[in-house]
Amino acid sequence: MTSAGRIKRGVPEGLWIRCPQCKGTIFRKEMEARLSVCPDCRHHFYLPARERIKQLLDEGSFEEWFTQLRPKDPLGFTDRVLYSQRLEAEQAKTGMPDAAVVGRGYIRGRPVVFAVTDFAFMAGSMGSVVGEKLTRGAEEATRLKLPLIIVSGSGGGARMQEGILSLMQMAKISAALARYDQAGGLYLSILTNPTMGGVAASFALQGDLTLAEPGALVGFAGKRTIWNTVRLELPDGFQTSEFLLKHGFVDRIVPRKDLRTEVARIIDYCEH
Amino acid sequence: MASPSSYLPFEKEIQEKEDLLTTLENKGEGPSDEIKRVRKELTKLVQKIYTNLTAWDTVLVSRHPNRPQTLDYINLIFDEFVELHGDRAIGDDRAIRSGFARLGDYRVLLIGHQKGHTLKERNECLYGCAHPEGYRKALAKMKLAAKFRLPIVCLIDTPGAYPGIGAEERGQAQLIATNLFEMSRLRTPIICVVIGEGGSGGALGIGIGDRVSMLEHGYYSVISPEGCAGILWKTANEETKRLAAEALKLTARDLFRLRVIDDIIPEPLGGAHRDHRQMGNILKAYLLRYLR
Ligand SMILES: [Zn+2]
Repeated sequence: MTSAGRIKRGVPEGLWIRCPQCKGTIFRKEMEARLSVCPDCRHHFYLPARERIKQLLDEGSFEEWFTQLRPKDPLGFTDRVLYSQRLEAEQAKTGMPDAAVVGRGYIRGRPVVFAVTDFAFMAGSMGSVVGEKLTRGAEEATRLKLPLIIVSGSGGGARMQEGILSLMQMAKISAALARYDQAGGLYLSILTNPTMGGVAASFALQGDLTLAEPGALVGFAGKRTIWNTVRLELPDGFQTSEFLLKHGFVDRIVPRKDLRTEVARIIDYCEH
Repeated sequence: MASPSSYLPFEKEIQEKEDLLTTLENKGEGPSDEIKRVRKELTKLVQKIYTNLTAWDTVLVSRHPNRPQTLDYINLIFDEFVELHGDRAIGDDRAIRSGFARLGDYRVLLIGHQKGHTLKERNECLYGCAHPEGYRKALAKMKLAAKFRLPIVCLIDTPGAYPGIGAEERGQAQLIATNLFEMSRLRTPIICVVIGEGGSGGALGIGIGDRVSMLEHGYYSVISPEGCAGILWKTANEETKRLAAEALKLTARDLFRLRVIDDIIPEPLGGAHRDHRQMGNILKAYLLRYLR
């Protein structure tokens, strides 16, 4: 076990980070140098979309598409904050127009259409822009006859603030993926922490293959909702990648450091 | 007008008027001018109240215990129903019913959520909250229909897919995802009608169709108003539930305006629960129009 050191008082915040799994305090730089995986317990930390692209795709090969798509507030939704203001704040915080990044890149020399949702933007939830970008990504993959890879990370599922239009994105992307499947395309879905609700119940679980990072939370209903309904203690490891593997819904659990190699290998089996 | 046994909170005046009418009628003096007058007032009152329902009121109507459900429509408007059970894997979910059905001159495959009216029935079908088995069963029967070119009618009425431990173990998200994927390419016409509650993924799981419509007082939403209030307002109480219902734009009129549904199917005056027969006739005429 490596000793990443214990936190010292007076150290500026951000230099050190606490691992939610082993509770150890680790040097942020070291954690990031290890693909944002805890050096002690292998906990997989959140990865921003840009980082994911850097880790998974060949250097400088990513060409982003549909960058002109911007979210709107079709319902005029207000809870305690206006949705339009919430969007602005999220955009300022993340530097992204919405939660999805879609484009084309190469994985060890293999051309792919690549999409990723970023948890930092409204918990990676799917509204009209996320749905539209993923749908267009699937359509482009169909047209270009390229493998499609979607890395999903969404705690929010379908985005509440766009109401029924978010739910309908599930239908829209499903239909595009079904057409892509009909055309013989290879769709690799990679589940990361967390993938819940309407995202899990649509594109994230419609792949030809489903891979998952270790320890990711994946499921339909939130734990609180389940507890409110059944009032039973939830079993250990409930709704994790390992739970899904055990119950037969995931093909392989792949640690982050192996993801590139595994994806390339699978492409070679299917696209020969 | 069949009097509903339970009145909704905003129906207080209707209840008073109907009680008055009953008292007058029970005097047994025949149709007096007063009775006629009260009847007219009652109609006006119901009209007034039901054309000004708030989003939350609509949710309450859609959940009314006497509102007709799939089994009621089977009895009311279908000439035959040959139930087909089981998902060929785990079990026979009672929250979703499926089978061959005859509607006038047409043979269809009918899929529908069943919430149950009695407590016993509700426990059996879990208030219309299906498990993965229900979605698997629905898809299996729909594939059968597609193979033999039978059109499919889906009646949607669920608060949502069942949130439970077994449901997650058996792949709730996976089975709904598979249904969306496969329904989108089934080679037979599908007509979906939200007859009551259109609760999120649990509704969409049998809700992909060539024609998607709602009864006038149904709702269809990405999340229940209670769930939404709990998350965005931190607590679900009477006030936040109303705010959430309003914000979500979940009524048939909202969805029609947003071009999410094709048609709004009108209900009898005062809601489907007041006149099952008339509601059945309206729905039957609607379905026949699109089966032709
Ligand atoms: Zn750790």
